[in-house]
Amino acid sequence: MRIRIKLNGSWREDDVEPRLLLVYYLREVAGLTGTHIGCETTTCGACTILLNGEAVKSCTVLAVQADGAEITTIEGLASDGKLHPLQQGFWEEHGLQCGFCTPGMIMAACQLLGRNPHPTREEIRQGLEGNICRCTGYQHIVKAVEFAAQKISPQSTVES
Amino acid sequence: MIPESFEYHAPQTLAEASRLIAQFGQEGKILAGGHSLLPLMKLRLASPRHLVDIGRVAELKYIREDADKIQIGALTTHYQIESSELLKQKCPLLPETAREIGDVQVRNKGTLGGSLAHADPAADWPAAILALGGEVEARSESGSRWIPAQEFFVEMLTTTLQADEILTAIRVPALPAHAGEAYVKFAQPASGFAIVGAAARVVLDDAGAVAEVGVGITGVAAKPYRAAAVEGVLRGHSPTAKRIAEAAAHAAEGVEVNADLYASAEYRTHLAAVYTRRALEKAVERAGGK
Amino acid sequence: MSTKLLGERIKRKEDPRLIQGRAHYVDDLKLDGMLYMSFVRSVYAYARIKSIDAAAAKSLPGVLEVITGADIKDQLGLIPCAAGMEGLKIPKHYCLAVDTVRYVGEPVVAIVAKDRYTARDAVDKVEITYDPLTPVTDPESALGKDSPRVHEEFSDNLAFVAKLEAGDWKALEADSTLKIVKQRLINQRLAPASIETRGVIASYSLGEETLTVWSSTQIPHLLKTQLAILTRTDESRVRVIAPEVGGAFGSKLNVYAEEGVACYASHRLGKPVKWIEGRRENLLGTIHGRDQINDLELYVKPDGKVVGLKCNIIADLGAYHQLLTPAIPTLTALMIVGCYNIPNVWVETKGVFTNKMATDAYRGAGRPEATYIIERGMDLVARELNMDPVDVRMKNFPEPKDFPLALPTGVTYDTANYQKTLKKVLKLAHYPTLRKEQERLRKKGKYLGIGLSTYVEICAMGPSSRMPAGGWEFGMVRVEPTGKVTVYSGTSPHGQGEETSFAQITAEGLGIPFDDVTVYHGDTSVVQHGIGTFGSRTTAVGGTAVFRATERIRKKMARLAAHRLGVKPGDLEFRDGKVETSDGSKSMAFGDVVGEAYYARQLPPGVEPGLTEQYVFEPANYTFPFGAHVAVTEVDAETGEIALRNYYAVDDCGRILNPLLVDGQIHGGLAQGIGQALWEELVYDENGQVVTGSLMDYALPKAHQFPWFDTQTTETRTPVNPLGVKGVGEAGTIGSTPAIVNSVVDALQHLGVRHIDMPLKPEKIWKILKTVDGRQ
Repeated sequence: MRIRIKLNGSWREDDVEPRLLLVYYLREVAGLTGTHIGCETTTCGACTILLNGEAVKSCTVLAVQADGAEITTIEGLASDGKLHPLQQGFWEEHGLQCGFCTPGMIMAACQLLGRNPHPTREEIRQGLEGNICRCTGYQHIVKAVEFAAQKISPQSTVES
Repeated sequence: MIPESFEYHAPQTLAEASRLIAQFGQEGKILAGGHSLLPLMKLRLASPRHLVDIGRVAELKYIREDADKIQIGALTTHYQIESSELLKQKCPLLPETAREIGDVQVRNKGTLGGSLAHADPAADWPAAILALGGEVEARSESGSRWIPAQEFFVEMLTTTLQADEILTAIRVPALPAHAGEAYVKFAQPASGFAIVGAAARVVLDDAGAVAEVGVGITGVAAKPYRAAAVEGVLRGHSPTAKRIAEAAAHAAEGVEVNADLYASAEYRTHLAAVYTRRALEKAVERAGGK
Repeated sequence: MSTKLLGERIKRKEDPRLIQGRAHYVDDLKLDGMLYMSFVRSVYAYARIKSIDAAAAKSLPGVLEVITGADIKDQLGLIPCAAGMEGLKIPKHYCLAVDTVRYVGEPVVAIVAKDRYTARDAVDKVEITYDPLTPVTDPESALGKDSPRVHEEFSDNLAFVAKLEAGDWKALEADSTLKIVKQRLINQRLAPASIETRGVIASYSLGEETLTVWSSTQIPHLLKTQLAILTRTDESRVRVIAPEVGGAFGSKLNVYAEEGVACYASHRLGKPVKWIEGRRENLLGTIHGRDQINDLELYVKPDGKVVGLKCNIIADLGAYHQLLTPAIPTLTALMIVGCYNIPNVWVETKGVFTNKMATDAYRGAGRPEATYIIERGMDLVARELNMDPVDVRMKNFPEPKDFPLALPTGVTYDTANYQKTLKKVLKLAHYPTLRKEQERLRKKGKYLGIGLSTYVEICAMGPSSRMPAGGWEFGMVRVEPTGKVTVYSGTSPHGQGEETSFAQITAEGLGIPFDDVTVYHGDTSVVQHGIGTFGSRTTAVGGTAVFRATERIRKKMARLAAHRLGVKPGDLEFRDGKVETSDGSKSMAFGDVVGEAYYARQLPPGVEPGLTEQYVFEPANYTFPFGAHVAVTEVDAETGEIALRNYYAVDDCGRILNPLLVDGQIHGGLAQGIGQALWEELVYDENGQVVTGSLMDYALPKAHQFPWFDTQTTETRTPVNPLGVKGVGEAGTIGSTPAIVNSVVDALQHLGVRHIDMPLKPEKIWKILKTVDGRQ
């Protein structure tokens, strides 16, 4: 089947098998391997991307379902060679260790800050409930998101 | 992780979708958000020959108020319900339940209709729809019908939907005056599904007694159910803490209670009572009762 | 610029590629002509293979090869076990099951196809018929005479017995003034569950006759040797590359069947073969951790002094030995006395075969079990004598002046100040206030728990004399002609951040900018030697090798500069990109000294051109980090649900080179240790089927389940290495588990609750509450 997707700002067309999962489309057809696969059960969130602006787990979407959609992956987050504030936050606050969950975590955090620019720590933890990190114990991730929130729209955040 | 091959169909209209699903019969499956069906297909626990993706059927995406009822299109996502200002006013149980489903990503893509049609016995929606006395609309080429929620769930992963029918909407009565609602859940720590989920709507009369009450329970039995015994103890009585507790003790009455790694039948029965009581307490408090 | 780097909070060099999705894990690599491999795995815990019919799979378009145990039996060697103890039974462990399967998930058939979809489809087409046998699932009854045997070639299921005895047990047992505190403790089986599963690409070049293997591993060099042996390839022609590794926690410190089969398939087909593990495969077929039954007896004087420890350990090893399977439980015996100098020790460890996946190293590897045993034990002693758990610990701690301290268990603790960390964490937690709050809440029927854990662990593994496959580490520093510096380490990280910490070591040592140093690891053709990353050894052993190699570079550069400047090498300092006398009067730019080495026009006599130095560091001892943790929990009296309200930790990992990385390791360790206490459990049923075979069943910790970790450190340096560092990779995991269990038991202690086994599932708590206070 022929599909057309606006991927990180550019339209592309590909022929895909209907059973191709979006995550495999991104990784193997489009060659964007920043989106990872960590489970088989829509649990871990490593494959999180933005589909028409909403965070979804790309392991549970068929590529054909995304025909006509706009997709942003971790590779499309930085602009003009400048890291996205979330990327800066993860770097600055040591929000990652092995880095495998990180792209999905950042994309989920992107959604979180989009809906709630100044989340409390508790809200950050709830907002990342669909993403599992086995390395960090999450605390530095929470700090990374706080950092980004400040960076995107500076104001005093409420601490829970 | 990799589903078996299938043929993919993406109808643009409900009529077209109905035609396709009638044509494929048992070999066809409807794909809505995909968050119930695709996980099964990835594990090859489901392998339909034909997948009819109704995701592009625009007429199934809406939330609207119709006199004293709320009607929601089957393709409305959990997040759309969670964030709906209309629903927060007119039927707060639905956004409260939506928040408890899966995680942010799942709520962005998963749909109300998809979840209900899948009929996972530990899903959240059924508890709410049952508590509200809602109805489910099923449409096929030969017409449409409204199925009361209580008649909709048959057993695990089975509903009264016919092979040629598509779940198109749900309808629930809007929140009346002097009423309160709540959904509380004891979640399985790995999956987030309900070990016990209890939804309640309580309507008080002028004297503060319970005029109407609906309690829906999920996770406890092979199918979600309406806890009639609980309701019976409350209806017509002042919702005192004691009365609520007495009522909630009947939460798992008459059902065969599930057991698994995370909760034995005995414990689940206990949790059903506790969580039902907590849901009722919250609902009564929100209704302005004591 | 300042060249003070050690001890600074420095952002990681690794991160830019990781946060932009530009890193390359195994599955991100694509080679020309690459094929995909999948496995058909045993659905039985124990069965004879009657027949394998692969005809339908073979005829599927795109399938190139179907491989069975019969095919590899004489072609591939056995999966190695490096642990050697007296009398150890080592079963034959083929890469694909031969005749018999012994655990659910054991690889039986491998399929190679043109793409991963076809490889997956072919799995369903293979028909295997089995004759099921009665599986052995309970390690205790496995030791019974009438138990079925996991391996018929052995007389029983006892893989080994290891005994440790010290002190005067006759006198101890005759002493009637001693109280004996007894408890059975279960340390449940866990899944390491790194978010990146395992994966491998094997590429055999028929022309060059070379085998290149990309594997998600912690030990590329050991794997290279073992794969050379396994595949009977000349080791000089084998290269192993650990690309970006997405977490491991011990689970990738191994040589796995799938790696062997991938090499075999690539050799046969002359094409690269990729296999990426699925999550279910990971939970079934990657090593598990823990799984011990511990029967503890503590002999205690009336004043709380513990004078004897006796423990029977039954370790469920699973069906086969992986690389270190039998060695792990012996680490438990080694560290069983914890922070207390208990003079009389008696430990018997029995390793038992069962029809399960092998256990092996999982973060902490034997020491979390030891710490759990002794720290639960100390709380039981406190309870028995009606003492505060703090006082019992203080009573039994050795003094800082007692170190180095030789223990009856045969190890010598390097340095410690247990009193200091404990006092600090009590202050941090406002311990007395917490106890008062607990009293108040109890009167209201609310259960607040305060749990302590004071741990010591064994790190920096280790002296080669005590390690199964060498404990040294290799480091090399090369100053490039342009003045940039390249560091090579034989450790192979998977999130630890050594590209940063090692760059700190070398940049500070050479007085050059941090950004001028690049660290390489994980490729056996790039890094000459190595052991790998495990046992909290990266900085203490690998970092020391880099530190020493850097010193050698300094020495040579000082000699070159001195020669030019007409001073003594000892008069020169390396700072701010210069090599100069301390008063700065005579100075050369760092790059100019480098130029001397490479242009080699005026070298001092006997000095070779070039600037490459290496060092292989052999540690004289382990290191022993320690710490004190306090967990505050609230138990819902009605449902048994536990809320972790606060977590306080004071850890001492020796000198801290980068506090940011230390905090990260501590937090992550805490999450895993708390995970074991509260949620995680890899469950087999009585038929040997895995009940928790997906992340919908196996409960990995999530962000919202944790409070803010309140952590501090103390720094007690070790003399074992010149950096004074001890190691921090496993400390959090080791210290936290007993703190949680002690906390929850403490919450319910006034109701008569003495012990609860992990994980502390709400149902267990509810059942206990129902019994103790008659609640329904």
